Amino acid sequence: MLKDRDRVFTNIYGQGDIGLKGARRRGDWDKTKELIEKGRDWIIEEVKHSGLRGRGGAGFGTGMKWSFMPKKPGRRPHYLVVNADEGEPGTCKDREILRREPHKVVEGALLSAFAIGANTAYIYVRGEYCREAEALRRAIGEAHDAGLIGKDACGSGWQFDFHIHRGGGAYVCGEESGLLESLEGRKGQPRMKPPFPANIGLYGCPTTVNNVESITVVPTILRRGADWFAGLGRPNNTGTKLFCISGHVNNPCTVEDQMSIPLRELIDKHCGGVRGGWKNLKAVIPGGSSVPMIPKSVCDTVLMDFDSLKEAGAGLGTAAVIVMDQSTDVIRGIARLSRFYQHESCGQCTPCREGTGWMARMMARLAEGRASVEEIDLLEEVTRQVEGHTICALGDAAAWPIQGLIRHFRPEIEQRIADYQAAQSERAA
Amino acid sequence: MSGETGMPPTDFAFTSGNKKLAKAAVAKYPKGRQASAVMPLLFLAQRQSGGWLPTAAMEHVAGILDMPPIRVYEVATFYSMYNLGPVGKHHVQVCTNLSCWLMGSDEVADSCRKTLGVDFGETTEDGLFTLSEVECLGACVNAPMMQIGDDYFEDLDVTATEGILNVLKGGGTPKPGPQGAREGCEPAGGLTTLTEKPEAQGERSGEA
Amino acid sequence: MPKLTIDDSEVEVEPGFTVLQACEQAGIEIPRFCYHERLSIAGNCRMCLVEMKRSPKPVAACAMPAADGMVIRTNTPAVEKTRKAVMEFLLINHPLDCPICDQAGECDLQDQAMAYGLDHGRYRETKRAVKDKNFGPLIKAVMTRCIHCTRCIRFSTEIAGVQELGATGRGENMEVGTYVEKALASELSGNMIDLCPVGALTSAPYAFRARSWELRKTESVDVMDAVGSNIRVDVRGAEVMRILPRLNEDVNEDWISDKSRFACDGLRYQRLDRPYLRDGGKLRPATWDEAFAAVAEKVKATKARGIAAIAGDTADCEAMTALKDLMAALGSPHLDCRQDGAHLDASHRAGYLFNTSIAGIEQADACLLIGTNPRVEAPIVNARLRKRFLAGGFPVALIGKKTDLTFSHKHLGTTPNVLDKVASGAHPFAKVLNKAKRPMLILGMGALARQDGAAILAAARKIAEDSGMVNDGWNGFNVLHTAAARVGGLDLGFLPGKMGGRDVAGILDGAGMGEVEIVYLLAADEIDMDRLGGAFVIYQGHHGDAGAGRADVILPGGAYTEKNATYVNTEGRAQVARLAAYPPGEAREDWKIVRALSAVLGKPLPFDSLQQVRARMAEINANFAHTGVVAAPWGTFGEEGRLDPAPFASRLANFYMTDPISRASPTMAKCTEAFVNPARRRTGTDG
Repeated sequence: MLKDRDRVFTNIYGQGDIGLKGARRRGDWDKTKELIEKGRDWIIEEVKHSGLRGRGGAGFGTGMKWSFMPKKPGRRPHYLVVNADEGEPGTCKDREILRREPHKVVEGALLSAFAIGANTAYIYVRGEYCREAEALRRAIGEAHDAGLIGKDACGSGWQFDFHIHRGGGAYVCGEESGLLESLEGRKGQPRMKPPFPANIGLYGCPTTVNNVESITVVPTILRRGADWFAGLGRPNNTGTKLFCISGHVNNPCTVEDQMSIPLRELIDKHCGGVRGGWKNLKAVIPGGSSVPMIPKSVCDTVLMDFDSLKEAGAGLGTAAVIVMDQSTDVIRGIARLSRFYQHESCGQCTPCREGTGWMARMMARLAEGRASVEEIDLLEEVTRQVEGHTICALGDAAAWPIQGLIRHFRPEIEQRIADYQAAQSERAA
Repeated sequence: MSGETGMPPTDFAFTSGNKKLAKAAVAKYPKGRQASAVMPLLFLAQRQSGGWLPTAAMEHVAGILDMPPIRVYEVATFYSMYNLGPVGKHHVQVCTNLSCWLMGSDEVADSCRKTLGVDFGETTEDGLFTLSEVECLGACVNAPMMQIGDDYFEDLDVTATEGILNVLKGGGTPKPGPQGAREGCEPAGGLTTLTEKPEAQGERSGEA
Repeated sequence: MPKLTIDDSEVEVEPGFTVLQACEQAGIEIPRFCYHERLSIAGNCRMCLVEMKRSPKPVAACAMPAADGMVIRTNTPAVEKTRKAVMEFLLINHPLDCPICDQAGECDLQDQAMAYGLDHGRYRETKRAVKDKNFGPLIKAVMTRCIHCTRCIRFSTEIAGVQELGATGRGENMEVGTYVEKALASELSGNMIDLCPVGALTSAPYAFRARSWELRKTESVDVMDAVGSNIRVDVRGAEVMRILPRLNEDVNEDWISDKSRFACDGLRYQRLDRPYLRDGGKLRPATWDEAFAAVAEKVKATKARGIAAIAGDTADCEAMTALKDLMAALGSPHLDCRQDGAHLDASHRAGYLFNTSIAGIEQADACLLIGTNPRVEAPIVNARLRKRFLAGGFPVALIGKKTDLTFSHKHLGTTPNVLDKVASGAHPFAKVLNKAKRPMLILGMGALARQDGAAILAAARKIAEDSGMVNDGWNGFNVLHTAAARVGGLDLGFLPGKMGGRDVAGILDGAGMGEVEIVYLLAADEIDMDRLGGAFVIYQGHHGDAGAGRADVILPGGAYTEKNATYVNTEGRAQVARLAAYPPGEAREDWKIVRALSAVLGKPLPFDSLQQVRARMAEINANFAHTGVVAAPWGTFGEEGRLDPAPFASRLANFYMTDPISRASPTMAKCTEAFVNPARRRTGTDG
């Protein structure tokens, strides 16, 4: 059981003062200068040692990512870009960080930017988060006025400018290169890799893109030590994590707990259990809409971390847990997600542009049962034709939920088709 | 719409206030990278034009940023928050994505349709409301929810939805945020974390 | 140099090559739609996916840099499956309208569907339909067929330098277009038709006129400007159906201008298909014998010095050779090939050539434009300038009429005063030229076709010499001609003879005063016909344009697609146009007409075959003996003198109509209406 003193986000429910004074009382901005004075290499090593893996979905080691940046800045400036374009259905953790813990974001950005040699950072906040951007803007202003950022951040001699860039309503901008395109004033169409952002990123300069939660936990890691963070959770799945549990639980909420907490414990302890009891559980999407769902049998034992969920054929993703009880029409649920991906495909590359529409239309028919059983296989094949063939991961994200549905609920789809056909022949008779 | 003609305006220029804001937006980006400011400038232009972007406004932004107009049209048509046609004074955007749907967004949507008398994609005759269906707005633990203007209205049910829309109809300002008992994303049944006494490290303010 | 393994064989490639290029080098064809060697890499069609060792996903060959030790596989079942998958996705929303699509038969999608398409469609949903767009009079846009490869967008943005085309919307609703309906205002827009891998963008004038397999294809050269773009003339029966570019890296790469491509429908109208005689003030059809007899009668009655000849802008070298020799045989020194009166000095070849060469522009590092607008005078040269500009480090300045060149440049002024300042070294741009290692200048006809043209030519020579434009292996002095015939005429010496020969102005003056009694116009239509006074005018050409209207005798010749003829482009490159269709009716190849007339006049020319004419050309000027360009030795040309302060004027008011063929072209008339006249109206109200 994670103790409150081991939580990073101590004001995530906004009970305390969000401003600088309150943040300082909670320990933010404490001896930040001294952390900077320990140097870039020390920070990167600590973060590597902490085992922190990116909190945006892909789970790449944050310290490792930083180490890809050129060691010595050359003629091109370095940039830190903070990804707060939260849009993965089911996910609402970054929103809480932005509006309840904005000073953690600013301090985290400063330390992360310093670690990669960046004097400028942009945070890309999803456009619909108006109030959240306002809260962050206030915090940036306070930090600036207090000399915590700016020309001589915290008196460390390091210049740090932090700007908010607001999105315009495009899920694909959550993909790091799509985000960079958008930040440069274009459509958010993801770039091809290579080149990677660490080499050619924002404005053609070395850039690191980190999820807002990833950089926000950095100051606490540095203050309390990598060992503390690494001691939480399981090896390779360390630290604490914000979980958002939505759907059919008694008390949906966003909560910080340690990695590798059993899914059932997470739901029972923080959400008052599944609506109608654990037995009433049908399936869970454990990491945001992009990961395949897992049926109750898997939910019974699975741990909420990268490795356990991967083994279960799903993924931790953004740790957004969508709970569906026995009353749920899972086919319709996945059809809704397919419509989402159809709507959010950027249109750039063929398999995604054409495939997301095809999949969504087939899913809509399957939800009604207006299809033949063979079309389940065709749909499965179409998802395989999209998967792995696109420029960015949106194609995969569109394919996997359907694959998860077919894997675990094929009989239900077949029944739906049979029911529809029966109704049709009844009408004809 | 521009005045009584019902024709899209052919001229657009930022007000002096917006001109200043535009300049400040451009200043955030390195020299020569002013195109980065296209999104904030389009938002300014949209706000000034009453919630949507006439072609003239996009061209004005293109001129300020020294961008070919087509590059601005591309941006404006790519992002869902730019409206390319007139919208009502209150843009009611109902999330129907998975988490909201599980929690009853169908009922919320129906309640909006009934209260406003329009379907998704339509504007009321008095020009007061445009009703839209939107994708996940990132408030999933407070589902179902909708956004009106800059504010989120969360933990909705039919009664709450009707109440909010009726307040707006009457010219009032409904209370944003969760419509039930809670303040934010905490579990409604009572806190399960952050209940210990604050200690030296990771302490919370004493107000809680 | 990176060495990689492709399908089990090792390939060593240039650094910077992509996997796709490496595959091509290894002789392995990779299917593609969006990739084009002259455009930036988009990587969006996904047709070129191949397997790469240690990569969990297939990679786009077009975008992946070839690296040492890479192991690539292009022939596995997985790759085959991937291609079929992409093909299926491309086809699900592509209409099945090949029978009514002009692209059919030369469609990349069709061809590749033969290799990778399924034998049946599995898509049961409603197909996407996209509203057609109006791209102007040249391009027919059927956007439902679009596969979103973005080649057209990249072409217009990168090569043409006209940012009007884009992809709006997103996902499956993404549409290629202009958003605000407008015709694409680029002189190079037709190239998008060639680039479009499907039938989304096809030629509007060619719509539903022919199928690609019905056409007879002839390789030739263009005469719509002095670039000498290499073209392919597609003919069905006796009719030129369309003109397409032919690759020549040194000249036009893969492109041609819209006039070169679309003016060919002018070949169907206003044609002179039989001889005519003026009888009682009116032209009446005549036989060749009657026409030649009328000429012979008039020549017999006229002193040699009363006869003059002017060669027009599309006259071919063979015909000019014959006419020059005929004039010599008749004893007249009055001949000129400079209709516009440009003060071109033929004393040194370097003084009238584009010495840098078109491809050489890419080596230059600064450029001064004088009295020229290459965008309309030679769009292909302008595209090369833009290409060089985009590579960086290429300051360009213009003295002349202010204009949009599609790339940024300094406008120094409009008058020769500025030129004087640059020549004297007082102007800041003189320093830019001095500092450059390979500076160049381009002198246009707007600078030379004026009273002080010879002095301007001398001033330009001085700038070239003073700023080191002419040194070992580099010549940055360039004359940009607008007439396809001009350099050939100068090379052949189709110029006033030493014994008081008259130039064009002298001929016109002489005709006005009655001193010149016979004027032989060889496809010359750009002079002021009113100044010909009472002269007896022989017009030899192919169109009923200004010259024919004034003629007393019309001798019907062939257009450039109707004869085997030599043209020398502005670089001094002799190239051959080939007969793609026979001249209409009784019209004949031009040199043969002059040869036949010479016999009637009792001065038979000593050549009876094309080989013999060409041997004669090489005798006059050795440059005709070889293809390609030879560096011309430098010399002193032009005449130093006072410069007239009047601003440089542009020679071409309307890009789309510059010669009898383009003036007869309905398509060029539509372009004039769409692009030139509205612009005129705009400046009219703005000014």
